[in-house]
Amino acid sequence: MSCDQCHEREAMVHLTQIVNEQVTTLHLCERCAAEKGVESSGSVAAKNQLGTFLAAMTKGLPDQSVASSAGDQQTCARCGATLQDFRETGRLGCADCYRSFEGPLRDLLRRLHGSTLHVGERYADRDDQSPDPRQREVDLREQLRLAIETENFELAAEIRDRLRVVE
Amino acid sequence: MIDLSLLTDGGVGWLDASGPMNHLVLSTRIRLARNLADRVFQTRNTEGEREQILELVQEAARDTVLLRRAVTFRLDHLERPDRQLLHERHLVSKELAGLDPDGRVRAGASVLVQDRVGVMLNEEDHLRLQGLQSGFALDAAYAEVDRLDAELGQRLPFAFHSEFGYLTSCPTNAGTGLRASVLIHLPGLVLTKEISKVLQGLAQVGLTFRGLYGEGSEVVGNFFQLSNQTTLGKSEHELLDHLGKMVRQVIDYEEQARQVLLRDAPAIIEDKVWRAYGLLRYARSLSFEEAMNLLSGVRLGVGMDLIPGVGMYTLNKLLVYTQPAHLAAAHGMALSDGEIALKRAQHVRRVLEEEVGRRG
Repeated sequence: MSCDQCHEREAMVHLTQIVNEQVTTLHLCERCAAEKGVESSGSVAAKNQLGTFLAAMTKGLPDQSVASSAGDQQTCARCGATLQDFRETGRLGCADCYRSFEGPLRDLLRRLHGSTLHVGERYADRDDQSPDPRQREVDLREQLRLAIETENFELAAEIRDRLRVVE
Repeated sequence: MIDLSLLTDGGVGWLDASGPMNHLVLSTRIRLARNLADRVFQTRNTEGEREQILELVQEAARDTVLLRRAVTFRLDHLERPDRQLLHERHLVSKELAGLDPDGRVRAGASVLVQDRVGVMLNEEDHLRLQGLQSGFALDAAYAEVDRLDAELGQRLPFAFHSEFGYLTSCPTNAGTGLRASVLIHLPGLVLTKEISKVLQGLAQVGLTFRGLYGEGSEVVGNFFQLSNQTTLGKSEHELLDHLGKMVRQVIDYEEQARQVLLRDAPAIIEDKVWRAYGLLRYARSLSFEEAMNLLSGVRLGVGMDLIPGVGMYTLNKLLVYTQPAHLAAAHGMALSDGEIALKRAQHVRRVLEEEVGRRG
């Protein structure tokens, strides 16, 4: 099979994309794939079983926040990574990706960890070394308010449980 | 050739069998994954950015107590045997050392080591803080690595999200970024064929196991690394408490399995451990796998008080020093597989002979 892009070289990379529930498959040679920013499955996916695992997991998710707009091509404004990149490699591009893909990631984190709410050590300002329990309570209340505002009731319930512990 | 004598105890102080439950537990390792908030993650950064990360962290480390005197090894400046040597000492991951079959060393891949703590740089995450202790010592290992986290965190802007916690390249590590691993020897459970049940049970309570060399490594010599699977939704102390409780349970099962072996098949088990000792003491050629399995037998014999006069420290050292890069380094040259097997047997014979002489 020849490459869909250059129609010259042998297609080595078979890229299946799901955009707005439409499945399209592109057959590319390694060079054209690299130009499109796709690494071949031999170089990435095979040695990255977690990537495959994550890809399988995230594909099953109802990506409310992305499916309606640009699907897998949604891009992190800071680093340029797409959700598709993440599905293939299992790695995010930068800290902002957690905001750019917040919806699908929150679902994934819940599946992976059974929770999305970090309750461990908090990264304090570099000047402030002592974690203050009162500050912790204020943080949690703010998170609770946000969770209720965004109608994320599962998270809200979790935060309430944590607040009881802190109080 | 790199000079590992720069490190206190050659970086393998955790081998000294001084820690709690050292007849079953070799070491406790804790790592924290951290990234710099103002830099893109490793999969998307450039060589230049990785160099900057190395410089930034080195500069921050100079101001800390725990890494002020750290020795830096730049994996990307080392030949493969030296990288393998560091990996065999459990100082760097296989990935960082570029030892995967199609692996390459990433520019900027480095490790800073001082005593029982260290930090791998430009691994999957910008920083992988690690603490290593002898024996079963989760609290001690965490206390050190937590202190290092606080020291570096005051000087470096770590990526943190109020809901998701510390942000990592792979979401499986987000939240605490903490992976605690206990390296435990479970020959009793393997011999009584109870091990798969135990490992299945651990999976059900959110724990996972790996081989002697962590992620992707096979189980050899009946050594298992037991660790937490999830990192988010529980505090560091909850994660450590849970792992600790489960490891104590596994220790109980292993002790029970050994009692069963002694009760039901004392002659068989005694024969087995002494055969292992005999082969190690007199064999002229040993493959890595055979050596690991025989060392497992002798360790079991020592742990059950069947073999006197061999110390756990000696057995621990043999685990590390009989590996290919260590044997090659000891002889100052590259060796073929066949030569390595001969040198390995020679090394083991000499060490066990000295041990008998020393202990009378």
